[in-house]
Amino acid sequence: MVKELKAEVKNLNFYYGDVHALKNINLPIARREVTALIGPSGCGKTTFLRCFNRMHDLYPHNRYEGDIILYPEKTNILSQEIDPIEIRMQISMVFQKPNPFPKSIYENVAYGLRVRGISKRQVLDEKVEKSLRGAALWDEAKDRLHKLAFDLSGGQQQRLCIARALATDPRILLFDEPTSALDPTATSKIEELIIELKNEVTIIIVTHNMQQAARVSDYTAFMYLGEIIEFDKTDKIFTAPSNKLTEEYITGRFG
Amino acid sequence: MATAFEKELADLKEKVLKLGSLVEKAIIDSIKALVERDSKLAVKVIDKDPEVNALEVEIDEECIRLIALRQPRAGDLRLITTAMKITTDLERIGDLAVDISERALELNEEPQLKPYIDIPRMAEIAQGMVRDSLDAFVKRDSSLARDVLTRDDLVDNLNWQVFNELLFFMIQDPKTTSRAVKITYISKYLERIADHATNIAEMVVYLVEGKIIRHMAVPEKKKKA
Repeated sequence: MVKELKAEVKNLNFYYGDVHALKNINLPIARREVTALIGPSGCGKTTFLRCFNRMHDLYPHNRYEGDIILYPEKTNILSQEIDPIEIRMQISMVFQKPNPFPKSIYENVAYGLRVRGISKRQVLDEKVEKSLRGAALWDEAKDRLHKLAFDLSGGQQQRLCIARALATDPRILLFDEPTSALDPTATSKIEELIIELKNEVTIIIVTHNMQQAARVSDYTAFMYLGEIIEFDKTDKIFTAPSNKLTEEYITGRFG
Repeated sequence: MATAFEKELADLKEKVLKLGSLVEKAIIDSIKALVERDSKLAVKVIDKDPEVNALEVEIDEECIRLIALRQPRAGDLRLITTAMKITTDLERIGDLAVDISERALELNEEPQLKPYIDIPRMAEIAQGMVRDSLDAFVKRDSSLARDVLTRDDLVDNLNWQVFNELLFFMIQDPKTTSRAVKITYISKYLERIADHATNIAEMVVYLVEGKIIRHMAVPEKKKKA
C-alpha cells in the first residue's frame, strides 16, 4: 500500500512501568507523505508518537520492545546504540501548545544548529531564513528577528516551533495536535503548511480533529486501547473503513 | 438512544422510501391506464408528477444540508451520497411513468392493436426491481441488491421480443405503424426503468460494501467483496 518506506514499526510494545501502553504495533510510515494517528483519548497516540524520537527515555521505568526501522539505512531508532539527542534533531516534534524558548526569534530557530556545534554566522543566517521561509513565517518575522519569540501571536509561535524543527533538516516531523490551541485561521495556515512540508519531509500527526486528519493526511491509522485497529489510505478510512470499531469512531458513535 | 443526527438520517431514508412508493405507484397506474384503456388514470399519473419532483428537490436539499452541517463520514457519508443518487434515478423513473401515460393517452384514442401481454410482464419485473432495490437500500442488504441486478437481462430480452413482434405488425400492415411505434416506445421506457432500478441496486452495493460496481460486467458484479 505504501509506495516508499521512510520508517517501519515492527512488533512495538511500550510499557510505562507495569502499564502495557502500546501493544504489538506494526505500521509502515510512507516517505514524504502525511500519516495521521487518530483514536479516542488515552488510546496511545501520543505515547506512540513519542517513541519515534525517544522522548520516553527522559523518564525512568519506561521500556520499549520491538523496532522502529528508519530507512534507507535501516537503523533501529529504539536501539540503545542510537544517541537520543541526535535522533531528536533528525526526528523533530511540534507540540500542542507553542513552546518557544525565552529567546529571540532568531535564536529559537538557530538553537538546534548551535547544539550541533554550528556557530558560523553566515551558515546560521542562511539556515534561519530558509527555515522561517519553510514555516511560512519569514515575511512576518524578517524585520523583528532579534525580538523575543513571545511577542509573536499564538499561530506565529507555532510556526516558529515548526521553523525550529525544520532548522536541523529533520527526516521525520512529528506533530502532536499542533492546532488544538489555535483559532480557525491559524489552524488552516498550519494545515496548509503541513501539506507543503510533505514535499520535503515525512510527517506523522496526532490529531483529535478528524476533519483535520481527513484534510491533511495521506494515510490514517486508527488506534484503540494501545493497538492499531486499522491502517489504510485516508480516503478509504473516511469513506469505507473495513473495521466496525473504526466506523463507529469516525462516525461519532463511539462508546 | 438515537442521536439527533441518527434521527435525521432515519428521516432521510423515510423520504427516499416515500419517493420510491410514489414512483412505483406511477409505474403500476401508467400500465393499468394502458392495458385497461383508462385515460383518466393516465391523466392522474401525469398530474401527480410535480409531487415527485418536489420531493426529489426536498431530498436533495436535505442531503446537501447534512453534508454541510454534519460532515458525514464512512457509512453515514455513503448513506447520504447514495440517497442523493438514488433520488435522481427515482425522479427519472417518475418521468418515464409520465411518458408511458402520455403514450397510453394517445393509444387509447385509437383501436387497440393487440392484447398487451409482454408489456405488463415487463412492467411487473421493472416495478419489482425498483421495490427490491429500495428494500435493499433500507435494509442495507447487498445480496438482494445483487439479485436485482440479475433481472435487468429479463427486461432487456422482453424489450427485444416486443420490438420484433411489433416490427412484424408494421411490415404486415403499414397502417399499424403509428400505434406500433408508440408501443415500442413504452417497451423502451420500461427497459429504461429497469436500468434506473439497476443503478439504484448498484448504489446499494456501494452503500453496504463501499465498493463501486458500476460499469462492470454482470459476472463481476455478482461477486461479493
